Amino acid sequence: MENLLYLLSNANTQWVLMGSLILGFASGVIGSFVLLKKQSLIGDAMAHATLPGVCLAFLVIGEKSTPIFLIGAAVTGLISTYLIQAIVKHSRIKTDAAIGVVLSVSFGLGIVLLTYITQNTSGDKSGIDEFIFGQAASMVRSDIQVIAVGSVVILLVSTLFFKELKVSIFDPLYAKGIGLPVNLLNGVLMALVVGIVVVGIQMVGVVLIAALLITPPLAARYWTDQLGRMSFLAGIIGALSGVFGTLISTIGNGLPTGPLIVLCASVIFLISLLLGTRKGLITKVVRHA
Amino acid sequence: MHALQVNNISVTYEKQPVLEGVQFNIPEGTLTGIIGPNGAGKSTLIKAILHLIPRLSGEVTVYGKPYKQQRKLIGYVPQRSEVDWDFPTNALDVVLMGRYGHIGMFKRPNKKEVQFAYECLEKVGMKAFANRQISQLSGGQQQRVFLARALAQDAQIYFMDEPFAGVDAATEKAIMKLLQEWKEQGKTVLVVHHDLQTVRDYFDNCLLLNKKPIECGPTEKVFTLNNLEKTYGGAISFLGNSPMLVQKG
Repeated sequence: MENLLYLLSNANTQWVLMGSLILGFASGVIGSFVLLKKQSLIGDAMAHATLPGVCLAFLVIGEKSTPIFLIGAAVTGLISTYLIQAIVKHSRIKTDAAIGVVLSVSFGLGIVLLTYITQNTSGDKSGIDEFIFGQAASMVRSDIQVIAVGSVVILLVSTLFFKELKVSIFDPLYAKGIGLPVNLLNGVLMALVVGIVVVGIQMVGVVLIAALLITPPLAARYWTDQLGRMSFLAGIIGALSGVFGTLISTIGNGLPTGPLIVLCASVIFLISLLLGTRKGLITKVVRHA
Repeated sequence: MHALQVNNISVTYEKQPVLEGVQFNIPEGTLTGIIGPNGAGKSTLIKAILHLIPRLSGEVTVYGKPYKQQRKLIGYVPQRSEVDWDFPTNALDVVLMGRYGHIGMFKRPNKKEVQFAYECLEKVGMKAFANRQISQLSGGQQQRVFLARALAQDAQIYFMDEPFAGVDAATEKAIMKLLQEWKEQGKTVLVVHHDLQTVRDYFDNCLLLNKKPIECGPTEKVFTLNNLEKTYGGAISFLGNSPMLVQKG
């Protein structure tokens, strides 16, 4: 307990907690749209595909630099979504298989590059392997600033486009019929996902960041039938998971942050699955009894 | 004055022609049934007219001007099966979507818009269900919500894709009442329709389609056994006054 209080009074811990709170909130909100558009797995592939980008960025500049890493991550992340769409469009391969291929190839490439870097290059490479599972404790103030600014921008854009995203996900043909730029809106949503993944990988890691997009909105869906409330609630659940996961990771001396955040979100999901007021399993049984 | 002029629309899907050189005019204030067998390209035609799918060729003119300039005059009721009814939203919210084109980007619907959406729901007898989650509505009720959304759009020309598919008798009546009202207000409606027996009662104008337009004009002139045989490939006979589809062989 004393240990916890000591940690909480530490300025760096406070920064990191703040970062995980904002990141969790933003990814819950964006995740709601992604989930309803049935594109969660594309987000997962994109997240895995950011790893080679981070490694290539390191190889090019030869030192650790978060902004450059994130640019590399964004580039390969975007390439992966483009590849998935191109494969589906120009071959007989269906979306699920295309996602599987792109995800495994890019993650494989990332791991090869990462191993090469840790074994063969000189210079400060500490922390680069933490992009796999995330390590909040190793983050510094400027890292958190990137997360905070990125998340706030992402939240603002999604609020601005809320009504347009809603209709274009629910009824894309109709949305196109009333003259909305549906393809552009899809692009905006994809850009928001890339944004969340890129700012979030340092804390949550490339392997599990997609779970932070998927799990909070899944849990929130069990409590409400309104998209607005669902995305807000998903934000709260994401924020709670972020804060608790980070806290446990910080106390646990080097336990990876990403898996803990995801475990926290999954606990909230399980509770929602059982007790949620909308179609929660136990709730349903009790109401029918 | 022609409300709608369609000129030489062709559409292919995976290199197979779906529509070839479709050309017709629709006079203002008519109810037109788009009739044809399965796979005749009826839904595709609507989507091509509304610029929702790529066309190989073709122009659409609305009240004498190119389609893109007149988009605000167009209302569209897609097939009920084309949306995810499990989406977290309620009936009122769906109807409000009909106002989005008027509200403009980035703005939220105001009280007046919400009030108008309620009125549209009331017109189709669905006001009591305004706050109902859409997955908890019956097929007919869902169709009425779509109808209310079309009302909210306040368009001049409406395109409806099989609005009568899988709805109850009361909803079918409600839809027809609304279509008649629209006609009296000088609005123009095109409906993809399956039930040959009701064509004469429901529509004063007909477009018979089978990849190419077979005939287009007033129902009493166009809706004949001869034309229907051309459209359906011979598998038609009249029973009294109403045509029946007859299985081949």
